[in-house]
Amino acid sequence: MNDQALIPHLFRTEYRNIVSVLCYRFGIAHIEEAEDLVSDTFLAATEQWSLDGVPENPRAWLYAVAKNKTKNHIKRDALFEQKLAVEIKYNAEKSEAFDIDLSQKNIADSQLAMMFTVCNPVNSPESQIALALNLLCGFGSPEIADAFLTNKEVIYKRLQRAKEKLKEAHIKIQQPTLPEIAERLDTVMTTLYLLFSEGYYSTSQNTTLRKDLCLEAMRLNALLIENATTNRPSANALLALMCFHASRFDARLTADGEAILYQEQDDTLWDKNLIAQGTHFLNMASTGPAVTKYHLEAGIAYWHTQKENTDEKWQNILSLYNELLILEYSPVAALNRTFALAKTNGKAEAIREAEKLKLTDNPFYYSLLGSLYSDLDNGKAIQHFEAALAITNSPTDKVTLARNIERLKT
Amino acid sequence: MNEFLLVIHRDLKSKDASPSPEQMQQAIKPFQDWIGSIAAQNKLVNPPKRWDADGRVVKQNNVVLNGPYAEIKESVGGLFLIRANDYDDAVEIAKGCPIIQWGAVVEVRMAVPTT
Repeated sequence: MNDQALIPHLFRTEYRNIVSVLCYRFGIAHIEEAEDLVSDTFLAATEQWSLDGVPENPRAWLYAVAKNKTKNHIKRDALFEQKLAVEIKYNAEKSEAFDIDLSQKNIADSQLAMMFTVCNPVNSPESQIALALNLLCGFGSPEIADAFLTNKEVIYKRLQRAKEKLKEAHIKIQQPTLPEIAERLDTVMTTLYLLFSEGYYSTSQNTTLRKDLCLEAMRLNALLIENATTNRPSANALLALMCFHASRFDARLTADGEAILYQEQDDTLWDKNLIAQGTHFLNMASTGPAVTKYHLEAGIAYWHTQKENTDEKWQNILSLYNELLILEYSPVAALNRTFALAKTNGKAEAIREAEKLKLTDNPFYYSLLGSLYSDLDNGKAIQHFEAALAITNSPTDKVTLARNIERLKT
Repeated sequence: MNEFLLVIHRDLKSKDASPSPEQMQQAIKPFQDWIGSIAAQNKLVNPPKRWDADGRVVKQNNVVLNGPYAEIKESVGGLFLIRANDYDDAVEIAKGCPIIQWGAVVEVRMAVPTT
């Protein structure tokens, strides 16, 4: 990696590491100071390194400077010291040495603790994702804005408000205890799931950024699995799901970020390594009695990694969608179930079932009916595709639908 | 939308009962698909459970009998709750039960709306 690429890369990974460690040590009340200290550290690095060149061990350099800046800040800032004194009394075992522990172990512990803080339901799911991207992944407001297709002022304000809320609620940053894990792991996993989906299904044209969001969700999920107390079957199931989906990342988008339908994907582009990892985590997920929606979705995603359209494949997918819908209804699952039913029981039965769904404000309802009627009754198929076209907001879906209509008319 | 109770009655007692154990075995997949279809319409309130065929019958004067049946041949084989607009809608759903063809009977009851 050349120096020009090195600084942004280090900024992203080390920013989140040092901020987590400082917040874990000093509490959420000092989050802005922690962020300022780390920003100062990077400013110093940019200046110094452009004069003297990048040091041999840039990470150690950053850690040393961040530690010094923190110590100086504590000495200088009487108010900080006062507040801290209270916390030191509160947290006696940590007060002995005034060193900042930037070991791999403490970084991982800090990130895990921060994950449980960031994914706190005092904030809306949207704000939780923005916070996770900012504090756990080291993304700046412009990148987050790009992912959410909004402007950076909106994101900046959202982040400020979310941090204020955490402070006001006096949310502690600490290792989750067993009862807390039982209570909060679901929320954490929901946020990771949404973070992954944001990257996977976003309409942003920036494919590199989208892939980064997915990889970050997977990295954070892996942190849950590396820690013995949070290494639950459901966390393994969620990571399996992400691995299976991510295995198709390069096959499902054109160079311009346009979607390629599953049936039309070049399966030589599917990442075999990620599929193998997904299978491993799915096995790990099958150790407990609980079947969560992540288990079912991972099962469905597993069968999609099998390119060959066997009856076994679609029967399994149909059964898993049945179970998923029984557990938790969603229009997407209902539509996908009907697609699987067409594969197992034929289009005629699938059409009867599809028409019962009556999801008349959902463009995918009409595009499903359109594809089910294709080659059976092209007139009806065109009507349905046109209905979908009339209500969809997605530019890429508009292109696909128009292409389908064109094909049926000729 | 109203809530409806679907109670599936079938013969659990006779040796030559219909549906037979083999027919029930065959019906597992169609049964799951039927429930999946109800769930896909967002009309499943409570999913079916599996009930054993052992059962007890409790009567007047502390009489307890073995067997899942009361006085008639058909016993409760399964029950669950769905959402439907009216009896017509609920009956349309009940007709999908894949073991009716072998003699099972589905009883449809509407929950009295609470006001």
